[in-house]
Amino acid sequence: MDLLMPELGLFVWTLIAFLLVFVILRKFAWKPIVDSLGEREKGIADSIATAERVRNEMSQLKAENEKLLVQAREERTTMLKEAKEMKDGIINEAKDQAKVEANKIIVDAQLQITQQKNAALTEVKNEIGSMAIEVAGRILRKQLDAAEGQEAYMKMLAEDIKLN
Amino acid sequence: MSCKRLLSLFILVFGLSGIVNSSFAQAAGNHENAPAEGVAPAHEEKKGINITELVFGHVSDSHEWHLFSLKKENGEEKPVAFPLPVIVYVQGQGLKVFSASHFEEWHKDADGKKISNEYEGLYIEKVMKEKILATDGSKVYDFSLTKNVLSMLIGVVILLWAMTSAAKKYKTKGAPKGFQNGLEVIIIFIRDEVARPNLGHKYKRFMPLLLTIFFFIWINNLLGLLPGGANFTGNIAVTACLALIAFIVMMANSNKHFWGHLLNPPNVPFLVKCLLVLIEVMSLCIKPVALMIRLFANMLAGHIVILSVICLIFIFGLMNVYVGWGFVPVSLAFSIFMFMLELLVAVIQAFIFANLTAVFIGQAIEGDHDHDHVELSESVMGH
Repeated sequence: MDLLMPELGLFVWTLIAFLLVFVILRKFAWKPIVDSLGEREKGIADSIATAERVRNEMSQLKAENEKLLVQAREERTTMLKEAKEMKDGIINEAKDQAKVEANKIIVDAQLQITQQKNAALTEVKNEIGSMAIEVAGRILRKQLDAAEGQEAYMKMLAEDIKLN
Repeated sequence: MSCKRLLSLFILVFGLSGIVNSSFAQAAGNHENAPAEGVAPAHEEKKGINITELVFGHVSDSHEWHLFSLKKENGEEKPVAFPLPVIVYVQGQGLKVFSASHFEEWHKDADGKKISNEYEGLYIEKVMKEKILATDGSKVYDFSLTKNVLSMLIGVVILLWAMTSAAKKYKTKGAPKGFQNGLEVIIIFIRDEVARPNLGHKYKRFMPLLLTIFFFIWINNLLGLLPGGANFTGNIAVTACLALIAFIVMMANSNKHFWGHLLNPPNVPFLVKCLLVLIEVMSLCIKPVALMIRLFANMLAGHIVILSVICLIFIFGLMNVYVGWGFVPVSLAFSIFMFMLELLVAVIQAFIFANLTAVFIGQAIEGDHDHDHVELSESVMGH
């Protein structure tokens, strides 16, 4: 059939045109387009990878921060506890010491009071003694003014001696 | 997985071409009757239309770009057409370049061939195709810038302009937009669906070829669909040229492994081996032929169907003016449908040509690793 016979002219022109288009487009279109498409894809892949890495790093950092925070909180709690304990200890010690001191003071005071009381009592006793002697002396002198008095008295003294 | 995809693609394509072919057969049936109608009132020839001549006049190459015909006052038809340059090499006379407008007087010879007037010892004989012949019988090599060549040049200019201007935008970094964006989708599609699955890691080497084949065929398919356009990709010389390029690239890149398997298939008894080698060599030669015929037949059939459907209006119009007018919506609806289908076929055929080229090259450059897979896809291709 006529339609199935290729014409030489058209064949040659097509060949020339196609090869020309191929050479020109390969240099000026396909190479730059395909290359930059590849580059862009690589860039996108890299960016995604970087983002993923950064995200991982961030989460790691966050976890670390959290850990630090927890640790700090624990430390604070222990510190507070320790401080409280120390405070309590100091207070208690102070209290104890104060108690001991107070007791000592009380004891001292009591001792002193007793001493003073005793001294005062001794003095009072002495005073009373001397006053009684003086009174007795005066009474004796008055009684001994008379002779009978002297005699009674001598009797009494003698009796004392005898008794002794 | 790739085989499955290939198979489904083939089903799709053959399904489509089945539709085209069956409607072509219908239309052919119609226009086979048509000349009979036209011939019957032989004495009033001006009223009849020779549908065969009309359709094939549109789908075949020409030395002028015919737009439409005007009726003169005396009833004679005056075609409105751009004459194109004729470049011929006549054996013994050398190169001749002149305008096709010198062939203007046409008459019919005894066999019904249209013969033009003589100019510089040359004349055009038109049966289905135009042929430039020398009056003295010497051999004529026709390198004219015919309608198809001109259409191709327009396509080439559009292609070069569009692609280089899109490529320029890549010099500045930034998000793609507009035409560049659309183009990118197609290029990535070709890369990921055609080049990579078939060519493996060597795909980058063949990307320019595949892209050029795809866009060259696509843009020329589309240009052919324009009203008054040339049937460039539906011409066997064109598809033969493209298939030959694909075949040469395939042969130039074929490796030892490919030839070893082809000429000396391992683990096969001698007699079977002879038969197998014969079949393999035949299948190798059939590959480019299949490429050539597939594109040619698909595009030609599409053009003929659209033209036939439109011609139906005039066939019915010949029977009765009212029937003719009445048939306009039907014919128009069907030709619009066909046109849409052809738009689809234009891109599908370009894709298939590029894909099969990639498959063939892939077979030729394949290493030892997954040769079972190739065998399978080859057997799919064979059917």
